[in-house]
Order: sequence, then C-alpha cells, then structure tokens
Amino acid sequence: MNVILILVAFSLMVALVGLGAFFWSVRSGQYDDPYGSSVRILFEDEKPRNAEASPPVQGITENPSNQK
Amino acid sequence: MIKNEGINRCFHCGEDCGSSIILYDEKPFCCSGCQTVYEILSGSNSSEYYKLSDHPGMKTAARELGKRYDFLDNEEIKQEILDFSDNGVSRVKFFIPSIHCSSCIWLLENLHRLNKGIMNSTVHFTKKEAVFTFRDSEISLRGLVELLASVNYAPYISLESVDKSSKKKINKDVYYRLGVAGFCFGNIMLFSFPSYLAIDDTVEQFIRQNFGILNILLGIPVAFYSGSGFFISAYKGLKKRFISIDLPIAIGILALFFRSVYEILSGTGPGFMDSLAGLLFFLLIGKWYQGLTYQALSFERDYRSYFPVAVTLISEKGEESILPLKHLKTGMRILVRNNELIPADAILVKGEGSIDYSFVSGESDPVKKTEGQRIFAGGKQAGPAIELIIEKEVTQSKLTELWNQKPGHEERQNNWESLMDVISRYFTAVVLILALVTGVTWWFIDPSRAALVVTAILIVACPCALAMTLPFSFGGAMRVFGRNGFYVKRSSVVEALSRVNTVVLDKTGTLTKSNDFDANLDHLLLPEASFNLLRSLVRHSTHPMSVAVYQALPNAPALHVNGFTEHISKGVEGTVGAHHVKLGSGEFVLGGLPEATPAGSLFVSVDGSPSGYIILKHKYRDGMRDVLSSMGKKYELHLLSGDNDAELPALLEFFPSAGHMNFNQTPVDKLNYIRKLREEGKKVMMIGDGLNDAGALYESDCGISIADDVYHFSPSCDAILEARQFRKLSTFLIFSKLSRRIVIMSMLFSFSYNIVGLSFAISGNLTPIVSAILMPLSSVSVITLITVATYFASVKTKLNKIYPV
Repeated sequence: MNVILILVAFSLMVALVGLGAFFWSVRSGQYDDPYGSSVRILFEDEKPRNAEASPPVQGITENPSNQK
Repeated sequence: MIKNEGINRCFHCGEDCGSSIILYDEKPFCCSGCQTVYEILSGSNSSEYYKLSDHPGMKTAARELGKRYDFLDNEEIKQEILDFSDNGVSRVKFFIPSIHCSSCIWLLENLHRLNKGIMNSTVHFTKKEAVFTFRDSEISLRGLVELLASVNYAPYISLESVDKSSKKKINKDVYYRLGVAGFCFGNIMLFSFPSYLAIDDTVEQFIRQNFGILNILLGIPVAFYSGSGFFISAYKGLKKRFISIDLPIAIGILALFFRSVYEILSGTGPGFMDSLAGLLFFLLIGKWYQGLTYQALSFERDYRSYFPVAVTLISEKGEESILPLKHLKTGMRILVRNNELIPADAILVKGEGSIDYSFVSGESDPVKKTEGQRIFAGGKQAGPAIELIIEKEVTQSKLTELWNQKPGHEERQNNWESLMDVISRYFTAVVLILALVTGVTWWFIDPSRAALVVTAILIVACPCALAMTLPFSFGGAMRVFGRNGFYVKRSSVVEALSRVNTVVLDKTGTLTKSNDFDANLDHLLLPEASFNLLRSLVRHSTHPMSVAVYQALPNAPALHVNGFTEHISKGVEGTVGAHHVKLGSGEFVLGGLPEATPAGSLFVSVDGSPSGYIILKHKYRDGMRDVLSSMGKKYELHLLSGDNDAELPALLEFFPSAGHMNFNQTPVDKLNYIRKLREEGKKVMMIGDGLNDAGALYESDCGISIADDVYHFSPSCDAILEARQFRKLSTFLIFSKLSRRIVIMSMLFSFSYNIVGLSFAISGNLTPIVSAILMPLSSVSVITLITVATYFASVKTKLNKIYPV
C-alpha cells in the first residue's frame, strides 16, 4: 500500500509543474489583455507581397478570402 | 440624388447620414471626414477593416491638422515621448482612446500598409495602448502621429502622459492566489475523497493518516497565502473599530484550519480542509470578478492631463519655436492659435482675445479681451491667433489652484450606511452570540463536544455566499453600465446610485451639447428664394456652426460655389452663381458689431449688403426632455449653472420651481449648495462636466462626470457618463434600484443556507461531508441566481448590449 504514497508524490510534482506554468503565464502578461488576444487569432494572414517569398507548399490550396 | 427610404447609415461610422449623404464608391457616408478615411483605407488595401466589425469607424469633426503636431519635431519632447530610439529605429507607446473594437486592433496592427516606415505595431486592447516601432528615415514621430490622426486614431498626448510618472501596474496578485487556491482545492478534494466512502478497513487508517498530512500541507498555502487578503482587511477594519464582512470570513477560515489540523493530528477525523480550499476558491473568484475594472480609464486625473505638452514661443526677434511646457517661465511671450489652450495666467499683448472658459467656469459665451488685459489659464482661444506674455508659472495659475482645491482622496463619510456594513455587524454579532450560547449549553450536556460544536458554528456560519453577493450583483451592474457607456468607479457607487433621492444637474456641457447648435432664422432678411445661396455656400464647411445653418435651411439642389474660403473663427465666403455671399461674425461680414444683437449671432451679407443675422444656441442633448421628465417624477431635481439665466424659461417645466434653478454659480457656490442639501439629509447625485463642478461632484453622494470624450473630464468623480448615452441616465438609475433588490433577494437566499447549516452545527451533526457539500452549493447557487437575475434586469431595462468593455 505504500506505493500509493510514491504515486501521489509524483503526481503532485507533475501538478506543481502545471501550477508553475500557470504562474509563468500570468507573469509574462498573457492575462493582461484577454479581448485583444481573443480577436487577434481571427485576423487573416497576409499574402506574400513579393516574389522573394517562399512558394506555397504543394498540395495546400489557398482559401478564397471573400467569404461573407 | 438617390431617394432613400428609411435611414441611411454611414458605411464608416454607422451614424444616420440624415439629409446630407455623400456617395463614394457606391457607399453612403455621413460626412467628408468618414469618406476620407475610407478612401485612405481602401487605397492602401486595408478594407479588411470594414469586414471585421460593422461600422467600425468613429465620426470626428474633420479638422485640419495644420500645425497641431509641430511640437513633435522638438528633440527634447521626442526624447520624453519615445520609449527607445537607436540606430535609426524608434519605438513609442501611445494611448489611443478611440480604440473600441476588433477592427481598431486590425487597423493599428496593419498600419504598415499605410506607410512602409512602420515596422511593427502591437495593440493592448484593455489599456487602449498601441506600441509602434518605426524607421526614423522613412517616417518621423510627427508623421506617425499625423497618420494616426488622419484615420481618426489620434493618440492622446498630454503633459501627464509625457511625465510618465503615473503608470498603473496591472495587479496580478489575484491570479496567483486563485491559482494556488484552485490547485490546492482540486488536490485536497482528491485526497479527501476516500474518507467520504467510509471504507471500514486498516486501509482507511493508513489513508487517513497520510492523506490527512498531505491535506494539512496543502491547506497551509491556501489558508495563509490565498486567504491573506481577508485577514489583512479584517484586521484593518478592527483597528478602525469597524466590522467588515471580512471579519466573519477570517474567523471562519481560522476555525476551519485549526479544527482540521486538530482532527487530523489527533486522528479523530478527516478534517475540513476541502471545505476550506473550496471556500477560498469561490471567494477569490468573487474578488477577481470584482476587480475587472476599466484599466484604460483613470478616475484620478490632475491638472497636467488638461495641459498641452508644448507651446509656441516667440523670441525677441519674432521667431517662433516650440517650447516644452515645463520650461515656460514668467515674462516669456507665446503664441496661442485658434482652439489652443491658454497654459498659464498671462497678459494679452497682441490680437483680439475671445476666450472660451466653459470648462473652467461654465459660461458658454466666449469672453472678449483686448490688449493689456489679463487672461487666466484654462480657457481656449476661439478666434485668430493671439500673443501673450506669461505672468505666472503654470503651476501657480488660477486653474491649478482651482484643481488642487478639491479635497484629498480619503473616503468621504456617507450619511447612510451601506447594506454590507449593516449586515456584517449584525451577522457577526449573531454568530458570536449563538456560538457562545450553544457552547455553554453543550458544556452542560456533554463537555467533550462543546468545542466541536462551537467551531462547527463558526465554520458553517461563514458568510461565503453572502460575500459573493456584492461582487456579482453590483459588479454585474457595473459591467452592464460599462457596456452602455457609463463607467462606475467601484461597486459601492452602484449602491449609492440606488439610494439617491435628489438629482442636481449642471447646464453648460451637461444639458447642452458643446459643439452642436440650433439655428434660428427669424432674423434673416433674405427672400426665401435666396436661402439656397446661403445653403450652397455653407455646405462646404464642416464647422459645427456651418452644419447647424445648413440643416436649418430648407432642402434644395446645391448650387456651384466659386472661390470658397473659410476664415478661422471669422466666417466663410464665396461666390454662388452670380452673388458673393458672406456668413460669419459681425466684424467679418459687416466691419463692426451692430448694437442689440444677441451674442453668438452669425451675420449674412449678399453682394455686400447686410441681410440679417442667424441666432445660434447650443442644442440640448438628445433625449434631455425624456430624461428630465422621467427623473422629475421620482427625484427632486435641481439646476446649478455657471452661466447666466437666459435659459430659465425653457427649462422651468422640468424643475419643481424656479427656486430649484440657480445661475451664475461659482465653483464654491455649487459646492456649498450640495453640502446644504446633504445636511438636510438628502441623498444627492450631481452630474456635471467642467472643472467648475469638481468640488460639487466630490461633495455629493454620487458625482457623475459627463464627457464627450471620456479622457477629458472633471476630476474627483465617482462615475463617468459618455455624453452620447445621456438619454439613458434615468434607466441607469432604475437599474441600480433593481440591482439593490437583487442583492436583498440573494442575501435572503444565502441566509437560508446558513440556517440549514447552523441546524446541523448546533445539533452536533456537522460532518465534513455535509460542510463540503453545503459550501460550494451555496456559493454556486447564489452566483447563478444573481447572474441570471441581473441578466433579466438588463433585458427588462433594455441595457443588454453585447460589446467589449
């Protein structure tokens, strides 16, 4: 039965890593601007503006951008 | 012209185009300002701006930039404003008040489409800030600001922002505490679970001991780190001999913790650590919710936010240069152009002064000053440029004195007690008495259980649900208000609003709009057929007075105008058809001011012969009649104005008597009036816009500052109302009363939980499992109840817009 203590110890350590990650994300300002972050991911990427940009990967077609 | 059925909304800003639609690219626009921004954006491939939100633009008076941003070329000022500048690359952070939606974020972060010199830009939406990185060789700081202004995202640059000494840091403590509480809550629940199952075995002994120790270890950070806020607040309250709601909470936390430690270490029970962690977790959620305030707004402004960053200095040889305001000294000679602020007390030495003191004194008519006369700081010049010699330094001028006269920041004592204060006192008293009585009773029946029962009472009586009520109810009300353009400083203000029985209003700028006029054509001596000459001329000007005249004249196809010229603060002229038409001030049109004409009249001449005048009056705000009449039914209304009593007859119908309307009030008069009302026991709400209202706003139970631009407003107020939302004022008052009813209802509801819990505790049956169920259940149900009730209240009062704060 003692093995459960070792298991608990390990799982607590893993959970503490999670808590540490949460603290890090708060510290690095990820909770400062919830609205801005939520909206920014919805912006469309820019199409490459000049010929020097890398050519699109084979097999991936670009979505037409006029969907409304 | 295409006839329109119904309302035509401007494609850019969404406002009603009215009768003056401009069509461009097959889209309607309400004014050339909006149309110009559209041109700029579509020309640089940025029309994504319009796809992300409907009507994302904001309408602003299209003013020519002219020399407004010249001061940004000054090296010293640049150093203060720029965050960083090295190797030809500079970075600057601006506060941009007009950021309000996702399109704004998109446009500002894609500003490089409008100018390649901008390398990178990032927006912080909640603080309404944007950081720009740009190459000096391709665009200067001034160029950047002018670019932003041209698309209506002008940054707010004032003396205060340049000083950079007051940067508010976002408080992240509540997140850390919540994280710890959540982590421990989850784990303690897991470790407590076996004890709920009552496995009767040696296994249970083993588990109890070890998991119990784990629970204690997890319980320590929760109780003493996450809970520290409550202990500190309760202690502070006690020091001031004042019982806050945090005191019974602190007692409950301590009772839970120590009883659990005792039970676990002595092996008599599994302890209540799960209830402790759960309790703190929910309480902290409440605190977090309450703390979601408006980071972009600052309710504490000082005089520096009103002043410009720099002035135009005139040297002895007559050369103009830019001087940062802090270097302005007595004896220096400065140039003040139209619409610029007078930064310090000074003597007029050249030009004609026409000073608009409406923000400082509430007078709506500009004051005429001639050479040799003294001009006080805080007014704006409404006329051609003048030259002044400074008499007193900026910090010693009358304006700063007036601003600093406001009392300090200590909390003003209310002449009524808040709901929470009353409840905390009675609640704590009842619980302590109950604990004492029950303890003594049990001592006689079975002494060994007395201590257990007493701690059980202290635990279960913890006003967890009660403490949730305030953040979610008044906090919820704050968010509903915020979405509707009414920004309240803290949740106690919502309660203050619900108790108000007397409302005092300022006139100039509060009841009247500052830049919108009604034109009275009765004194116009033109035949009706010629009205169109005037209308066609005025159509070319975007000045608010021109717009008012344009809208007052009857509709007719516009005639072509040759040689249209607008002379700032004087008037407009041009040749319409075969006639030369002039509209403007007396000096401009007629060469002199005729006697007996009211102030604020615009004179007209056609081909040189005088054709009468048009009287302009400031328009009342939209919805003023409805707001005043509906408020008048439930509240005692008063008017306090710094202006003269010319409007008394027009407004008399809304007020109980002429005695309730007072004019020519100085700031001190206003303050004393409010003080007198409060001494009579009335609960006063004051609403005003100018510096002359600041003392009165502070003195009232609830001071509301109304602002066309929420970043330019009177200091020391409890709430800020966007001028556009003035017509909702009585609805806000109704909502605050509904909110109070919700609070009372939810308090009764949470009391019922307390009673159930207490019945378990007093009879000695409070097991950990009962407590672990009761606590979260009461919290969650109270939160749900309040949220749902607040939502229905917002629907009922039609305040349920969905819109980021």
